[in-house]
Amino acid sequence: MALLYKRDPWRSAAWVLAAAVLIPLITVFSSFLTPEKEIWQHLSTTLLPDLIKNTVFLVSGVALFTAVIGVSLGWFTGACDFPGRRFFSWSLALPMALPAYVMAFIFLGLMDFNGPVQQLLRTVPGFEGRMFEVRSTPFVVMVMGLTLYPYVYLLSRTSFMNQGRAILEAPRTLGLRPSRAFFKVALPMSRPWIVSGLALVLMETLADFGAVSIFNYDTFTTAIYKSWFGFFSLKAAAQLSSLLVILALTLVFVEGLFKKRMRYYDSSRGAVARTRLKLTGWPSLMVVAYCSTILFVAFIVPILQLALWSMKVVRSGESTAYLEVILKTLFLGAAAAAIICLAAVLLAYSRRRNKSWSNSMLSRIATVGYALPGTVLAVGIFIPLSKFDNLLRKAVEAIAHIDPGPIFQGTLAVMLAAYLIRFLAVGFGAVDSGMQNIKPSLDEASAILGRRGGETLREIHFPLLKKGLLTALVLVLVDVIKEMPITLMTRPFGWDTLAVKIYELTSEGEWVRAALPGSYLVMAGIIPVILLINQMEK
Amino acid sequence: MQHEAPLLQVADLAISIGRNEIIKGVSFTLSQGEIGCLLGPSGCGKTTLLRSIAGFEEVQQGKISLGTQTISSESIAVPPEQRHVGMVFQDYALFPHLSVAENIGFGLKQTSRKKRRHKVERLLELVGLSEAARAFPHELSGGQQQRVALARAIAPEPRLLLLDEPFSNLDVTLRDKLTVEVRDILKTTGITALMVTHNQFEAFSVADSVGVIFEGAIQQWDGAYNVYHRPANLEVATFVGDGAIIRGTVSAPRQVTCGLGELTGDLSLPCESGCHVDLLVRPEDVLHNDDSAVKARILHKSFRGPNILYKLELPSQETCLALVSSHHDHKLGEYIGIVPEVENLVVFPSRAPMYIAGEDVSQR
Repeated sequence: MALLYKRDPWRSAAWVLAAAVLIPLITVFSSFLTPEKEIWQHLSTTLLPDLIKNTVFLVSGVALFTAVIGVSLGWFTGACDFPGRRFFSWSLALPMALPAYVMAFIFLGLMDFNGPVQQLLRTVPGFEGRMFEVRSTPFVVMVMGLTLYPYVYLLSRTSFMNQGRAILEAPRTLGLRPSRAFFKVALPMSRPWIVSGLALVLMETLADFGAVSIFNYDTFTTAIYKSWFGFFSLKAAAQLSSLLVILALTLVFVEGLFKKRMRYYDSSRGAVARTRLKLTGWPSLMVVAYCSTILFVAFIVPILQLALWSMKVVRSGESTAYLEVILKTLFLGAAAAAIICLAAVLLAYSRRRNKSWSNSMLSRIATVGYALPGTVLAVGIFIPLSKFDNLLRKAVEAIAHIDPGPIFQGTLAVMLAAYLIRFLAVGFGAVDSGMQNIKPSLDEASAILGRRGGETLREIHFPLLKKGLLTALVLVLVDVIKEMPITLMTRPFGWDTLAVKIYELTSEGEWVRAALPGSYLVMAGIIPVILLINQMEK
Repeated sequence: MQHEAPLLQVADLAISIGRNEIIKGVSFTLSQGEIGCLLGPSGCGKTTLLRSIAGFEEVQQGKISLGTQTISSESIAVPPEQRHVGMVFQDYALFPHLSVAENIGFGLKQTSRKKRRHKVERLLELVGLSEAARAFPHELSGGQQQRVALARAIAPEPRLLLLDEPFSNLDVTLRDKLTVEVRDILKTTGITALMVTHNQFEAFSVADSVGVIFEGAIQQWDGAYNVYHRPANLEVATFVGDGAIIRGTVSAPRQVTCGLGELTGDLSLPCESGCHVDLLVRPEDVLHNDDSAVKARILHKSFRGPNILYKLELPSQETCLALVSSHHDHKLGEYIGIVPEVENLVVFPSRAPMYIAGEDVSQR
C-alpha cells in the first residue's frame, strides 16, 4: 500500500486529533513546573491523604463488587441453562441505562434517615434512631457497582459463550468436577475479557463526578472541581488532575495488555458450540432468585422510585420548565455527535489508508480520551485555550487597536473540544468496526477504476458505513446528554443541561425534583442499551 | 509474432517490502493482445509483482512501462487511477451496495449516461448476465460474481488487464468451465492480460505464455508446452506437473544410463559421454509391461478413475511415478514390470558432486 499513499493528506486528521489529546495531558502535567507552593502544601497535607484513601477504597470496592456480580451473572446466563435465562440475559444489561448519579440520588432518597427504608425499619420493635449512614463507602461502592457491573457481565458472558464445548469437557474427562472445571479452566480462560471489563469499570469509577458528589464522598474529581470553583486555583486543579491521569492511564495500559491476549485465548473458531449446563432443582431456584434480586435492586426499584417521584413533580406542574433545558441538551448532544462522527470517519479512513506503525500509534493516542475523566479534560482544555485566547486578544489589540474581549472563552468551543476528546473513542469504535467490514480490495478496485481517495470515501465507504455511523451518532449523542463534569465546569452562561440541573437540585437534597430530569436521562440512556441488546446473541 | 514495441515491459524490477526483498530483478514483456500468466507457489512474489503493475506497490529498482509511458520506476509512480489498467481481484471486490449494472458502470464516470448504459448492456451480454443487471452482488453465485468482476474491469477499456488468482474462490468443476470462458472473452475483446495463479492447469488453459516464478525471480518465460516438456531448470521441472528426478550418466550421444535402464532420445542439454545428469521422468513416460525385465516395487498408489498413479521403487532405490491404466490394479509391495518410453530426455547438470579420480570437478 505504501506507494498509493505516499503523500497522505488524510494523515493530518490523525495528527490533529492526537494533538487534541496530548495538549490537555501536557497542560496538567506541566502544572508541576511552576507550583503554587501554599495551595499545594495545603492540598498535600490536609486533602491528599483522604483523597487517596477514599479512591483506594472506592476503586477496590467497585472492582470486587462488579467482578463477583458480573462474572457470576455472565457464567449463569452464558454457560448454564435455567428457567428465565433468555429474559435475564438481556434484562441484566438494563442498569447501564441509569447514569451513576441518578442511581445515587435515588438510593439516597430511599435509604436516607427520612427515606422509606429506614422508616420501615423503625416500625420494627427494637430498632430506633439512625439505622445506618448512607453517605458511606459501602453505599457509594454499591451504587457505582450496580450501574457498572454490566460491563463485566457482558464481556465475561461473551467469553463464556464462545468457549468451545471441548474446553469444559476435556477437564472433565481428566477427572475434574464441573465446579472445579469452572475455576481451573473456564475462569482463567476468560481472564482477558473480565480484566478488560474491569478496566472499563474502574475508568468510569475514577472519572465519576456526579455520584460521589451526591454522596459527599471526596475523590479526585470532586477535589479538582472544588480547587477550581472553591479555591479558584486552576493550578491546584491541574496538579490533582495529573495524579488522576496517571491512575487512568495505568488502567488503559492494563486493558491494552489483556486485549492483546484475547486473540490467543479465543477458542471460538472452529469449536463446537457448547451445550449448556442444565440446572434443575435447588441450584436452579437459587440462580433465578439471585438474578431476580440483582435485577430488582439495580433496575426495577430505582425505575419505579424515579417514576413515582416524577409523577409527583408532573402533578405539581413543574414539568414544562424543562423544555428549554431539553432542547439545549439535545442541541449540544447533536452538535458533539456530528463533530465526533466526522472526526471518527477521518481517523478511521486515515488509518485504513496508511497502516504504518506511526499512524496506528496516532490513532491510539487520539482515542485514549475515553479514559480521561471529564474534570481533567475541563481543566486541561480550559487552561491552554484561555492562554491562546489572551494571545489572540493581544494580537488583535496590537494590530487593530481595539480590545475584542474574550474570543473562545465563554463559547461552546471548550466544551465541544472536551466532548470530542472524551467521546471520540465511542464514535471511532462504531465507525472503525464498520470500516473493517469493508474489504480492503474495494478501495483498490475503486482506485483502479479511476477514483481518488475522497471520491472513494464518498462513493464506497459512506454508503457502506451507514449503519456504523448511525450507531456512532446515537451512542455519542446519549453519552453527551448524560455527561456531567465537563458540562458543569465549562458551559457558557445559560447552557444548563439536564445533568447540570440534576447536579444543582441534588446538591440541595432535592431528590424528588431531580427525578424528572433524571427520568429523561434514563429514557435517553435506554436507547443504546436496546441497540446493544439487539446485537447480543441470546 | 508481430514486430512492434511490446505493450507491457517490465525491466530489471526489484521490490522490497520492509526489509524483505520480494521481487529480485524481474524482466519480461507482453505484446498487444497477448495473455500472459505468472505461475508460482504462494509466497513467491507473483501477486506483489502484479500489484506493482497496478500501482499498489512501490518499486525500488528497474521500471515498468506501458506502451511508451513509464508508469513505475524508482522516481516515477503514476497513481493507480491514472494508469488505465484494469484489475480482477482475487475476492472480486464487487461493491456490495451497487447493483451488477452499477458495478460494471462504475469505471465509466466520464462517459455520457446513454453511452454508459449501452456499454453496460453489451458487457452484460458478453459475460452472459443480461438477466442479472439489477441484482446485487450477494445474490449471485461465485461464478457469476467472477464474471461481473471481469466485466467491470474491462468496461473502461483498459490498456492492460490484471487478474489476481481469479479462479481460486471457485469449485473445481466451475473453474474448468470458467477458464475457457474467460480466455474466450479476453480473446474476443483483444485485450492484453496478465494473470497470476498458483494453479498450473489454469495457467495452461488461459495463457499464451507462462512465466514460472520462484523466490522473486522468473525461472522460465515460455509457452505452456515448453514449460511442461522443456523445463528450463530443476525447480521448474519439479513444480510443473508430476514427475521424478533420477540420476543418470550419459553413456553415448543420445543415450543415458539410469535406474530405468538405457534410455535413448534427444538430450535437452548438450552433454558429453560420461557426464552425470539429473533426468526428469514424467509419470506418462513410464509404461507398465509384465514382460519387462525392469521390475519396480509399488510404494504407494492413488486411484484416479481412468488410471492409477503408482509410486515405484526402482532397483537403484530411486523412486519414480507411473501412470497406468486402472485395469492394472496391483497391491502395495508388489513388483511390476516397467518400460520407460522417453523421446526427449530432459536432463540437468547433476547437483551431486562428481568425482573423477578422487577430485571434485563439479566446481570447475
